[in-house]
Amino acid sequence: MALEIVARPHQQNFIDWAADKPEVVVLSADLTNSCEVGRWRDTYPERFFSMGMAEQNMMGFAAGLAREGFEPWLHTFSVFLYRRPLDQLEMSIAYPALKVRLVGFLPGIMTPGGVTHQAIEDIAILRAIPNMTILETGDATEVETVLDVAHAVNGPVYIRMLRGEVPRLFPKNEAFVLNRARTLMDGEDILVLTSGICTEEAMRVLPTVQERGVSVTHLHISTHKPFDDPRVLTALRRAKKGIFTLENHTVIGGLGSAVAEMMATNGVGVPLSRLGLQDTYAHGASQKFLMKEYGLDARALVTAIESRLGTSLAIDDSEIAEGRTTAVHSSAKVEAL
Amino acid sequence: MAHSITTVSKIETAARGIRRRVFAHTLANNGGYLSQACSAAEILSCLYGGMANLAPLLTPLAPRTFDGVPNVGRKGAYHTGAEFHGQPDAERDRLIISPAHYALVVYAALIESGRLTEDSLDHFNEDGSTVEMIGAEHSPGFETTTGSLAQAISQGGGIALARKVRGEPGKTWVFMSDGEFQEGQTWEALSAASYHGLSNMRIIVDVNRQQCDGPMDRVMIIEPLSLRLQAFGWDVTVVKGHDVPAILNAGDVEGSKPQVILCYTDPAHGIPLLNERAPVLHYLRFTGAEERARYEEAFKEFAHGA
Repeated sequence: MALEIVARPHQQNFIDWAADKPEVVVLSADLTNSCEVGRWRDTYPERFFSMGMAEQNMMGFAAGLAREGFEPWLHTFSVFLYRRPLDQLEMSIAYPALKVRLVGFLPGIMTPGGVTHQAIEDIAILRAIPNMTILETGDATEVETVLDVAHAVNGPVYIRMLRGEVPRLFPKNEAFVLNRARTLMDGEDILVLTSGICTEEAMRVLPTVQERGVSVTHLHISTHKPFDDPRVLTALRRAKKGIFTLENHTVIGGLGSAVAEMMATNGVGVPLSRLGLQDTYAHGASQKFLMKEYGLDARALVTAIESRLGTSLAIDDSEIAEGRTTAVHSSAKVEAL
Repeated sequence: MAHSITTVSKIETAARGIRRRVFAHTLANNGGYLSQACSAAEILSCLYGGMANLAPLLTPLAPRTFDGVPNVGRKGAYHTGAEFHGQPDAERDRLIISPAHYALVVYAALIESGRLTEDSLDHFNEDGSTVEMIGAEHSPGFETTTGSLAQAISQGGGIALARKVRGEPGKTWVFMSDGEFQEGQTWEALSAASYHGLSNMRIIVDVNRQQCDGPMDRVMIIEPLSLRLQAFGWDVTVVKGHDVPAILNAGDVEGSKPQVILCYTDPAHGIPLLNERAPVLHYLRFTGAEERARYEEAFKEFAHGA
C-alpha cells in the first residue's frame, strides 16, 4: 500500500485558509510549534494570542472573544483541552454554544509522552456535553478540509487533529463532510467502522480479508457527534455476520459505544466487537508498539474477525501491507512527543 | 474628579434600597443571601449608578420567562441578561457579574437603578422564571454564566481583549467576590490581563472576608491581596466598601495597567443583628420563630431609617 505522506499538513494550509477570515484568531498554551501554528503566529501576529500554560483561563478568554464576534481556534494537545479545563469548557463555552474551535493534537496513543499526554477518553467525555460537535481527522485530506467543516458549525467544535507525517488516504478533492461516513469497501458479511489513525490500519488488511471470501463493508467515521448518518444505519442493518469498531480511544464512550447505541435504538441484532483500549490507560512508547500492545492494529482486527466468524483466514504478517512507521524523531515534528 | 453631592446621595439611597429589598425578601422567604446585600450594596449601587457607563433604559424591563437554554439548533432568538444593561456600544462599558449567588442583590440593584420592574423579586426562585437564585445568562443583569466561580474574570478578559483589538474606548468591568481569589483560574486570568495589557479592564471586589464555611481566614487565606495583585501587574486601589465617594473616585483611576478596586466591606453593614450569627454569615436561614421575630423587628427599624 503505497501512500503519499504529507509533512505538516496543517501548517501552511491553516495559514492560507485563514487569510480571508479576519475573525479567526488563535489561542495557544505554550505548544505553538508542536501544534504547527508557529508560522501562523509569525504570519498573523495581531491575531495570535499566547495564553501561557493556563488552559482554564484560555477557555474563558476564548469565550469572551467569541461573544464579541471573533472565532477562536485553540491549539494545544488534546489532553489539555478537556481534562484540566473541563468545567471551564462546559460553563464558559459549551453552555452558551459559542463558536470556539478546540484543535486537539495527539489523540489517543499517538505519543510516547505517556498517560499524561494521551487523550484516550476525550470523545467519551465530550460526547456527553450538550452543544458539542466532535470531529476526527484520519488523513491529510481531512486535516486540510476539516477547517471549513468546523468553521460552518454554529457552536463549539472539538477536532482530533493529526500532525507531523500524515498519510493521504482519501483523494485531495474529496473533502471532509460533516456527519457523512466514507464508504471504503462495500460488502454484506461484516461491517467494519474505523476512525482516525485506525482507518489506515484497517485499510492495510481488509482487502485481504475480502480475498479470503468475507465480504466487507468498511466505513470511515470522521464525525463522532452528531452521530446520525443514515449511511451508518443502512450499513449496520446490512451486516449479516458481525460488526466491528476499531478506534484510537477507550472502547467506553467512543465510536464503539456510539455504534452500540445506534444498533440498540434501531434493533440491529448482530454481534458487535469493539476494538480499542479495553478500559485501560496506556504508557509511553511508539505508536506502532502501542497499537500492537493494545490491539488497535490490523492484526487485532483480523483476530477479532476470525474469532467472530469462527474460522481462520490464514493471513500471515507478510500479507498485511507494510506498516508505515513514523520515526519518533521525525523532522516533521518539532519534538519527540 | 469629585462626584456631586446629588450623585453620591442618589447612590447611597439606592444602596439602602438594595438592603431593604433583600431584607424584606429574606423575611418573606425564610432565608436568603442577606449578608451579601449588606456588604455589596454600595458597590453595586455605584456600578449601576453610573460608575459603569451603561446605556440607560427608557423604562424598567420585566424579567422574561425561561424559554430554553442556548442551543446550536435553537429556533428563535436567545436573550441574555445583558439587555438589562442597555444597548452595547463601543463607547459604553460592559459589566460582568461573577459571584452568581449575589443574584438577589443584583436584581435589587437593577430595580433601584430603574432597569428591572419593581415586582420582579416576586418571581425570585419561582419555577419557570429567569429570576433564578443563582443567576445564569438568561437572568436579569447576567451577561455570562458564572455560577462556577472564577470564570467571569477570564470571560471578561476575553471580552476586554476583543474590545482592545477593535479599538473600542469602553471598559469591561467584572464584579467579583473575594473568595474567588482562592481559585487558581483567577490568578491565571490576572496574569493574562496584565500580559496582554488590558488597561480597559476593571475588577471591583467585595472583600467581605466571608465564604460558605465561614470567615476566609479560617478557610484559606488570600491576604495580602493588594500586594499579590500588584505583584501580578495590576494597579490596586483599596477603599472602604461602604464609602460611596471613595468607591466612585477609585472608579475614575486610569493608567497603563488593568485596574482593581478592593472594597473592604462589613458583611453585617446596616443590619448589625446579623453579627449574632458570626462567624458564618454566608446564608441566612432562621433558626426558629424567635429569631425570625427579632429580624422582623430589626427590619421595622431598618425600613424606618431607610
